[in-house]
Amino acid sequence: MLVVMSLVAVLVFALTRAAPGDPIAVLLGDQATAEDIARVQKVYGLDRSLPEQFALWLKELAHGNLGDSIFLQRPVTRALWERAEPTTLLSLLAVAIATLIGVPCGVVSAVFRGRAIDQLFTGFAMLGASVPSFWFGLVLMQIFAVSLGWFPVSGYGEPGASLAARLHCLVLPATVLGVLNSALIIRFTRGSMLDVLDEDYVRTARAKGLPETSVVLKHALRNALVPIVTVIGLTVALMIGGAVVTETVFGLPGVGNLVVSAVTRRDYPVIQGALLVVAAIYVIVNFLIDLLYTVVDPRVSY
Amino acid sequence: MPLVVRKLFRRRIVLAAAIALAIVVLVATFAGTISGQDPNETAVAQRLAQPSLAHWLGTDELGRDLFARIAFGGRYSLIIAALTALGAVAAGTLLGLTAGFFRRLDAPLMRVVDAMMSFPDILLAIALVGILGASMLNVVLALVLVYTPRVARVVRASTLVVRELTFVEAARAIGGSNARILSRHILPNLVSPITVQGSFIFAYAILAEAALSFLGVGVPPEMPTWGTMVAGSQAYAHQALWIVLFPGLAIIFTALSLQLLGDGIRDLLDPRLRKSM
Repeated sequence: MLVVMSLVAVLVFALTRAAPGDPIAVLLGDQATAEDIARVQKVYGLDRSLPEQFALWLKELAHGNLGDSIFLQRPVTRALWERAEPTTLLSLLAVAIATLIGVPCGVVSAVFRGRAIDQLFTGFAMLGASVPSFWFGLVLMQIFAVSLGWFPVSGYGEPGASLAARLHCLVLPATVLGVLNSALIIRFTRGSMLDVLDEDYVRTARAKGLPETSVVLKHALRNALVPIVTVIGLTVALMIGGAVVTETVFGLPGVGNLVVSAVTRRDYPVIQGALLVVAAIYVIVNFLIDLLYTVVDPRVSY
Repeated sequence: MPLVVRKLFRRRIVLAAAIALAIVVLVATFAGTISGQDPNETAVAQRLAQPSLAHWLGTDELGRDLFARIAFGGRYSLIIAALTALGAVAAGTLLGLTAGFFRRLDAPLMRVVDAMMSFPDILLAIALVGILGASMLNVVLALVLVYTPRVARVVRASTLVVRELTFVEAARAIGGSNARILSRHILPNLVSPITVQGSFIFAYAILAEAALSFLGVGVPPEMPTWGTMVAGSQAYAHQALWIVLFPGLAIIFTALSLQLLGDGIRDLLDPRLRKSM
């Protein structure tokens, strides 16, 4: 985990420094003289050699400092923190929706394998993986926000809006992300349940006359949980990526939006910081899932 | 027709997917002849016209024929996705073979792959295109970098299995060099998993390119791809939903066909999996 994280840091640094185009030149505009550029480069430490810049960056990183945004005039950590709420709430809501759709559909699909309902759900799972989220977002927005007026078209409410009002703004984007990402959960739940349903202990449970719901939910699902938990964790990571697109469609002031505007402005520290934080979240989530295995399946121990 | 292909198409859904894909490619290739319209000809008098005989899928905000634009846009979307799939498969295969075959390189290479895969696909692609600059070639380059680790993982896993098989041992016993064993004995046994990955990445790349272009960090906006079409027309969606609807349906149609085809090939490879999809 630490090795992967350090490699992530190196990659992030290499990535942003491989860029053609000088952010300082862009920042200062056409009027800037060579001296102006050199002066500002010195302020941001961009005049030093690459290894020196990297060492400096790592040192600051160890202090929890991601540097200052070149354009927003504030530390990257603060810029990220200010944008964290919509993205976090959006991802959590979307994971909840994806799980609530994915697990029951997958279980039903496996139990009624080969029947019409199974084909319907597996077909839906296949379709979900082929629908572009921005398109689905626009279509839902047209129907539920523009035509029916049930939800705000875009934005995150007025400044200082109540939590309920903000959540109201998140319903459509979270539905988009949740519905599309439930596809993966359906497929994994179904596959995992199918493996388990053939096991002897399921036959035993049936043989001793337990009701079918108890067989499926207590004996089968309980044992099929490890892959399902894994894929739900994976979905959390996918959400953060998917949020970038969805936030833009619905005009939410989240981390995704921040990254897209940073990219168009070549604001390296923000791009670096965001990539690093998101990758760290991914690694941490994966680690937590590994720990969760011991709860889900007592046979696993570390 | 070779037996494998016949077996693959015995499942009707896979055959349907292959035919659908062939239609998409044909329409994109012969875009001008089929539509009989110029995708860039504007006719403001006919802007946002509903689908009709003259304009099969209606017209966009500048009166351009939507069918012609989707057909021509398909060229770019398909070329970008195809190049991405080819590039990622080539680079990923090389990386995966190396990691799987030369044990000493395995751990370092795979940790880099793990690190690359800790970034969400779209986020990494956005950052890469942002850094490289928005152009068609850079979009391909960025997506190749994003999807190479995926291929590398699969190829490495398969290489680890194949390298222990007896025919590899036999090849080494008669003095075959590493290069010969890799290219003549191991690689041919990896063709199927690589094909499956290739078709999935083709589908992902269609979706990813569209998302990048939609966000304005993909191909230049004046280049008609399915993503830029949706981005350019979204402001008019409340007047004429079809200008957003149809490019999206083109994306879904193509991506779905590719995934069904990939699934078909995978099932053929591994009959045990057939029950699960």
